[in-house]
Amino acid sequence: MELIELRNIYKTYRVGEIDVPVLKGVSLDVDRGELVALMGVSGSGKSTLMNILGCLDRPTSGEYWLDRELVSGISADERAMVRNRKIGFVFQSFNLLPRTSALRQVMMPLTYTASGISDREAASRAEKVLMRVGLGDRMDHHPSQLSGGQQQRVAIARALVNHPPLLFADEPTGNLDSRTSEEVLKMFQQLNESEGLTIILVTHDAEVAAHAQRTIHIRDGLIADGIPASHQPAEAIP
Amino acid sequence: MKFLRTARVALHGLTRNIMRAILTTIGIIIGIAAVIAMMEIGNGVSTAVQKTISSMGSNVILIFPGATSSAGASAGSGTGMKLTAADNEAILNDTIGIRTSAPVVRVRTQVVRGHLNTVTMVYGTTPQFLAVRDWENPTEGSPIADSDVRNANKVCMLGKTVANELFPDESPIGKEVRIQNVTFKVVGVLRPKGANMIGYDQDDVLLAPWTTVKYRVSGSSASIVNSAASAVSTTINTLSQLYPSAGSAALYDSPSASQQADNPHPVRFENIDQIMVSASSPAEVPQAIREIDGLLRDRHHISPAFPEDFEIHDMSEMMSALTKTTWLITTLLLCVACISLLVAGVGIMNIMLVSVTERTREIGLRMAVGARSSDILLQFLIEAVLLCMVGGIMGVLLGLGCSWGVTYFLKWPTEWSPITVFVAFFVSAMVGVIFGFYPAWKASRLDPIEALRYE
Repeated sequence: MELIELRNIYKTYRVGEIDVPVLKGVSLDVDRGELVALMGVSGSGKSTLMNILGCLDRPTSGEYWLDRELVSGISADERAMVRNRKIGFVFQSFNLLPRTSALRQVMMPLTYTASGISDREAASRAEKVLMRVGLGDRMDHHPSQLSGGQQQRVAIARALVNHPPLLFADEPTGNLDSRTSEEVLKMFQQLNESEGLTIILVTHDAEVAAHAQRTIHIRDGLIADGIPASHQPAEAIP
Repeated sequence: MKFLRTARVALHGLTRNIMRAILTTIGIIIGIAAVIAMMEIGNGVSTAVQKTISSMGSNVILIFPGATSSAGASAGSGTGMKLTAADNEAILNDTIGIRTSAPVVRVRTQVVRGHLNTVTMVYGTTPQFLAVRDWENPTEGSPIADSDVRNANKVCMLGKTVANELFPDESPIGKEVRIQNVTFKVVGVLRPKGANMIGYDQDDVLLAPWTTVKYRVSGSSASIVNSAASAVSTTINTLSQLYPSAGSAALYDSPSASQQADNPHPVRFENIDQIMVSASSPAEVPQAIREIDGLLRDRHHISPAFPEDFEIHDMSEMMSALTKTTWLITTLLLCVACISLLVAGVGIMNIMLVSVTERTREIGLRMAVGARSSDILLQFLIEAVLLCMVGGIMGVLLGLGCSWGVTYFLKWPTEWSPITVFVAFFVSAMVGVIFGFYPAWKASRLDPIEALRYE
C-alpha cells in the first residue's frame, strides 16, 4: 500500500523573466514501511523534490497523494497541519532550540497540534519517546550539554512525538562522525523494522544510502532509477 | 487554550534570552516611569498653581446692586438700593458650593492720624471678607470680630500702605485714626499683598465693620465713592456723628409731619455696595452663580421673565488664565510622555527585528513541525506585548518611586493619580502591539525552506 504517490510532478522557478524547470515530471511511489534513500548531486533537483515531499513547498503541476490525501493543491496553513500530523523532520544541523531542555524540544511540535493536548500528556509522550531513543537520563539537558549524536537523537525524538507515518531525514549524518552516524542509521533501521515507520533518507553519501532498502537517484529533475518495475508509470518520461 | 499555549511558548522564548529581554524592557521601563513621574509631578504642580491663582481670587464671585435710573438717565451700575446684608446672610447659609461670603460697603475717603493723613479705600465688611480674599493672619494684631460688626464698634484694620503712611515709625496697634471725624481704633495690620493684576495697590486699604462704615461714616451707598475731594475733613469735630452725610444727599422727599409721627425712627438704610462670595473651587463657580442668581431672585421677588436688580460678576479672565495654565502643563507633559514612549517603542521594534533575524532557523523549524504563520505571528506579538507589559509594571513602580522621592527629598508637590497608572499600563501594552506587529508579521511571512537553510 502506498504512503506516497507522486504523479507527474513539475516544479518551475521563475528567475527574473526566465522560467527555470527543476523537476520535469517526477512520478514516484513509496510504500508504507519502506526505508528509502533519495540520492542526487547538488543541482539535480533533490532538494526541491525533498521540499515537495515534505509538504514545505507545492509543485507547479502534478499530483501528490500523501497517506491517501491529495496535498499538492492545499494552502500553506493546511500544509502546516499535514506536516504536524504526518511528517517528522530530522535535519543535518539538528535545528534544536538553544537554551531549551531536551524534554521541551520534544514537546514543541505538540504545541501546534490542533487537538488540545494537556501539558501532562504532552510531557509524558515526550518522555516516552525520549526513552525510546535512549535519552531517558538526559531530559533536562540543554543542547550545549549534549554530544552531536545525542542532539540528533533529541531531534529524532522530536520528529516522532506526534506519531507521524513518515519520517524525513535530510542528511541526518552530515554533521556526525562515522561512529555516531552508524548509531543514528541503526536507529532508523530499527524504527523502520520494529514500528513500520516509513523513512526517507536524503543523502549524497552512498554509504548512508546503503542502509536503505531502496535508493532513488534523481538526475536533472528526473528519477533516474530505483523505481520498482511494478510501479513504473505508463508515461515514464515525457 | 491554543492562545495560552502560544503565550507559554512566547514566555519561554523570552526567558531563553533573559538579558536581552531586560535590556529591551529598560526602554519601556524608563518611558513609563517618566510618564508616571511626570504626570504625578505635573498634577502636583498644576494643583499648586491652581491654589496660587485661587489665592489671587479666581474663585471670587462679585455681586453688585443693579443700576437705577431717573427720568431715563441711568445712574450706573451699583447705585441700586436693594442689595442688603441680609442677602449676604442668605447666600452664606443657603448656597451650596461656596466657601464663604462677605458684604462690602465702600467709601473712598480721607483717613487722619495726628498731623498725617492719606486718602484710601475704606471697606466696611465682616470678618469673612478676610477669608474671601485669602487674607487671614494679619502681620500684627488681630482681625475684626463678628461682635464688632454686630455692635458697630469703631475698630479697623490697616493695609500695609496705609499703616506705613500714618504710622511711619511705630506700631499702629491700639492707636486711633479718624475717618470723617469718626475715631477708629486700629486692631490689626493686614499682611502685604502687593498690586493686583491691573496694578492696583491692594494694600492701600482700611477694613472696618460694615455697620460702622455704613452708619457712622458713609451714610449713603456708592454715591460718595470717589468723592474723596469733597469728603476731605476741613473742620475738626471730635463728636462722632451718627449720620454724617444726612442732608447732603436728598434721596427721598423729607417725610411729612404725619409720616414722621407715624414712623418716629430714622430710616436706616440696609443696602450695601457689593457682596463678595468665594466658591469652594474655581470649578464650582458657574454652579454657585446659578444658585446665587436663583436665591436673590427669590428674595427680591423677581420672576425669571424679568431682568434681575443685581449683577453677578466672576473673574473670568483669571479663570481662563488658570485653565490655560493647567492645559499647558498637561499638554507639555503628555508630549514628553509620548516621545519617551515612542522611543521605547522603536527600541522594542529594533530588538524584536534582531530577534526575528537571529531566530530565523527556529521559525523555520517551528513551521516545519506544523506552526502556521498565524501561530508565529501570535508568538512574536505576545513576546513583544509581554515585554512591554512587564516593562509597564516595572515602569509604574519606578515612576511611583521617583515621584515619592521627589516629594520626599525636593519637597515638590506630587499627586497620585490612579487613572494615569492604568492608562500608562494600557499604553505600554499598546506599544507592544503596535511596535511588535511589524517584526511579528515579518517572522510569519518567512518561507520555511529559506528559514531552515538560513545561516
